[in-house]
Amino acid sequence: MAEKIVIDPITRIEGHLRVEIEVNNGVITDAYSSGTMVRGIENILKDRDPRDAWAFVGRVCGVCTSTHSLTSVRTVENTLGITPPPNAELIRNLMASALYIQDHVVHFYHLHALDWVDVVSCLKADPAETSKIAQSISKWPRSSVGYFTDVQAKIKKFVESGQLGIFANGYWGHSAYKLPAEVNLLAVAHYLEALEWQREIVKVHTIFGGKNPHPNYLVGGVPCSINIDEANAVNAERLAFVGNLFEQAKTFVEQVYIPDLLAIASFYKNDWGAIGGGLTNYLSFGEFPVNGYNNPESFKIPRGVILNRDLSKVHEVKSDDKDQIQEYVNNSWYEYSKGDSVGLHPWDGETNIKYTGPRPPYEHLDFSKKYSWVKTPRWKGHAMEVGPLSRMLVGYASGRADIKEVVDATLSKLNVPVTALFSTLGRTAARGLETLLTTGWALEFYQQLLANIKNGDTRTMNNEKWDPETWPKEARGVGMTEAPRGALSHFLVIKDKKIENYQLVVPTTWNASPRDPKGQRSAYEESLLGTPIADPKNPLEVLRTIHSFDPCLACAVHIYDEKGTHIHEMKTY
Amino acid sequence: MEKRPTFYEEVTSDGVPRRDFLKFCTAMAALLGLESSGIGQIVKALETKPRLPVIWFHFQECTCCSESFIRSSHPAVADIVLNKISLDYQETLMAASGFQAEAAYKAVMEKFPGEYIVMVEGSIPTEDEAFCCIGGRSALQILEEAVKNAKAVVAWGNCASAGCVQAASPNPTGAKPVHKVISGKPVINVQGCPPIADVMVGVVVHLLTFDRIPQLDALNRPKSFYSRRVHDTCYRRANFDAGLFVESFDDEGAKRGYCLYKMGCKGPVTYNSCGIIKWNDSTSYPIQSGHGCIGCSEAGFWDNGPFYQHLPSVAGFGIETTADKIGIGLGVLTAAGIAGHAIVTNVRKHKEIANEPESGSSSDNT
Repeated sequence: MAEKIVIDPITRIEGHLRVEIEVNNGVITDAYSSGTMVRGIENILKDRDPRDAWAFVGRVCGVCTSTHSLTSVRTVENTLGITPPPNAELIRNLMASALYIQDHVVHFYHLHALDWVDVVSCLKADPAETSKIAQSISKWPRSSVGYFTDVQAKIKKFVESGQLGIFANGYWGHSAYKLPAEVNLLAVAHYLEALEWQREIVKVHTIFGGKNPHPNYLVGGVPCSINIDEANAVNAERLAFVGNLFEQAKTFVEQVYIPDLLAIASFYKNDWGAIGGGLTNYLSFGEFPVNGYNNPESFKIPRGVILNRDLSKVHEVKSDDKDQIQEYVNNSWYEYSKGDSVGLHPWDGETNIKYTGPRPPYEHLDFSKKYSWVKTPRWKGHAMEVGPLSRMLVGYASGRADIKEVVDATLSKLNVPVTALFSTLGRTAARGLETLLTTGWALEFYQQLLANIKNGDTRTMNNEKWDPETWPKEARGVGMTEAPRGALSHFLVIKDKKIENYQLVVPTTWNASPRDPKGQRSAYEESLLGTPIADPKNPLEVLRTIHSFDPCLACAVHIYDEKGTHIHEMKTY
Repeated sequence: MEKRPTFYEEVTSDGVPRRDFLKFCTAMAALLGLESSGIGQIVKALETKPRLPVIWFHFQECTCCSESFIRSSHPAVADIVLNKISLDYQETLMAASGFQAEAAYKAVMEKFPGEYIVMVEGSIPTEDEAFCCIGGRSALQILEEAVKNAKAVVAWGNCASAGCVQAASPNPTGAKPVHKVISGKPVINVQGCPPIADVMVGVVVHLLTFDRIPQLDALNRPKSFYSRRVHDTCYRRANFDAGLFVESFDDEGAKRGYCLYKMGCKGPVTYNSCGIIKWNDSTSYPIQSGHGCIGCSEAGFWDNGPFYQHLPSVAGFGIETTADKIGIGLGVLTAAGIAGHAIVTNVRKHKEIANEPESGSSSDNT
């Protein structure tokens, strides 16, 4: 007899996500994922100045803040044929690196850790033992017995107050929690430290973009100027500030995040290194250009596709091939004029909102009908997983030495085979390894920026096509990035100096979407199948796998273009 | 009512020394613009008042307000505020999901009627309620139920205060701010996209300290943080007065930090604390980092663009008089007039600022 379980809201994510599962004999046999909020930002962009678009789409998400803005300026530049100066590319890379680091650390400690760490259990820990463990895995200085005793006392006081705040009604004591009390205490201490720490690295955004969340971007370059003889520009003090922030980030990631990740993984690797793998196809658009955005082969993280977990072959992703990316609405609350069973390339972006779900308040969605605000994208008809795991796998399969090195070292430390990557834990580990790699890359970008300035190149902006009078009557382009949560692409058509059509295909759309016309599940739904559920009333296991993707629903449900447009040509780049 | 530990008890039991606690209170008093006598009031309030239960909802939003909130920069504040206000429901951070999560805020509503604060991040869709549902209920249903016995409502950011980006033309989902869909409760609009972290914390401390809502302007924004125009508190203001403008991004003027007015800066029509408190531990703010203010703490700022057109030429905006009057101290002027006039009246200032590096270095060398 199947038991139906609804989890809504899924918390510790961005946005509004609902998951319904069917459990048979303690195992998930079916799963449905639904985005339950819509805003309609694409429709709002129509007829606006393309140079303003970064600010609008930036507000698609404030968690992966800046990633949509970066994608947007790339998209407009691609559309108009603008090449930003090398310093602008480096500063954008530094900002994107800061985002990866901050976002991944916050995800690990504040959005994901409570799935593995039993906060209440840390009260039973022996702080002396925790101190011993901490010192055996890292040289991070805050590791004394006294320190962990204080943290424990703080949590004890908190629990005894009877007002648990954000920790209220957690799944504490659940049989799926496997960490010893002492490791729980270590993780809770670092939960609190990371909360204080994360606000530091974002200052990279503040220095170059004026604020965080939602720093400023600029089509053609970056808004800040470099002048090492001026107080009102990026000068030696500002540059040293940035360098210092990345040095500190590297220390924190090396001495706190990675040791914690490995320690926690070592207790869960045998089961969770084999659960939650889901789809077998992985997509990466690539990130961190070091020789111009139009040369993806120079990216630190390569572009490509892996099919059927075959790591011996990386398939080419072509942004100018209309047969590669299509979006479906057969299970989403929109309608296509040619019928809902066809897939459309984003530039044919025809999207009409049509809510046909139940009237709120409701108990269940009807999965024989449409059930989500998220559209269903496919790559050559395949359902794809996107995110840090996909990036690390594409990098690994492409033979990138730096990526291979950290992945192999981690597999060997945990004593697990490469297939353990295809799992819930693999996803979580890949995010950590990517953070580690990023701290190193960021320092390379930083050194290159210093070298350029030393050599006399302080340019941060290309003004050649700033004036709309220089633009063609009609132009189209695409911009691709790797957001913290995965492959992100924007598609743009400019007509008469205005936005004619703007479409976003975002990471969580790939991962969280409902089924396509062939009945193929997307990543969330597929990854839940076969997962054991110890207690259906407390489905902790579902949260582990869903959180391992780092859901971001505000991105995924932005789509709403009332009029629809038909574009049949693509620009090659 | 249950006995709850006070803010001061919590802080000191967490190992925060009394000296640091007093420093925190002093910083908060400064933020709130209080006389030094106000510090004692904050200390007393935080020492003796019980913790405030808070229910924090997310509706049509992007979570930038939550992200900004956790950036609060004074020592231990993120920790203090997360714990001390008893954040009983906050979807981004809370451990529980599903019905356990819903149970958390329902418990607050039952246990503390009339005492809890409802904080809202995001707008509410009115074109069709079903455009935003949580746990099978619409944003509107959830909000209406929760505010019924709330003490007050805090609307975080531009979404909850004015609808923000999703309410920009043509507002496809009929997105509305909190104050347009509920009635009978005081609503504090903490504006900005997002609001500055220290402003968010400042509002919370005000509620804790004085046990009443702060003085509000005509748009329900706390006067302590939104009574000054970005233009009037801008460190580049002297350049405006001297007629020294950035004419294109990364030009010589930009490299010297001239005024961004001609690049579309909306500082002259935007009320916020960016020039005073600045962002992320006072690291910088948009103008300091070379981009004009886009006006994100004002209702409808998305439709006041384009962002890179300077104010007098924006059709139907009608702020010429204020922007130019304040800047130059005379009547309505065209953009060309601004520069012309500035040269006449501020020749000395203009020269001083423009030639600063040369004259500075020559005097140093003598």
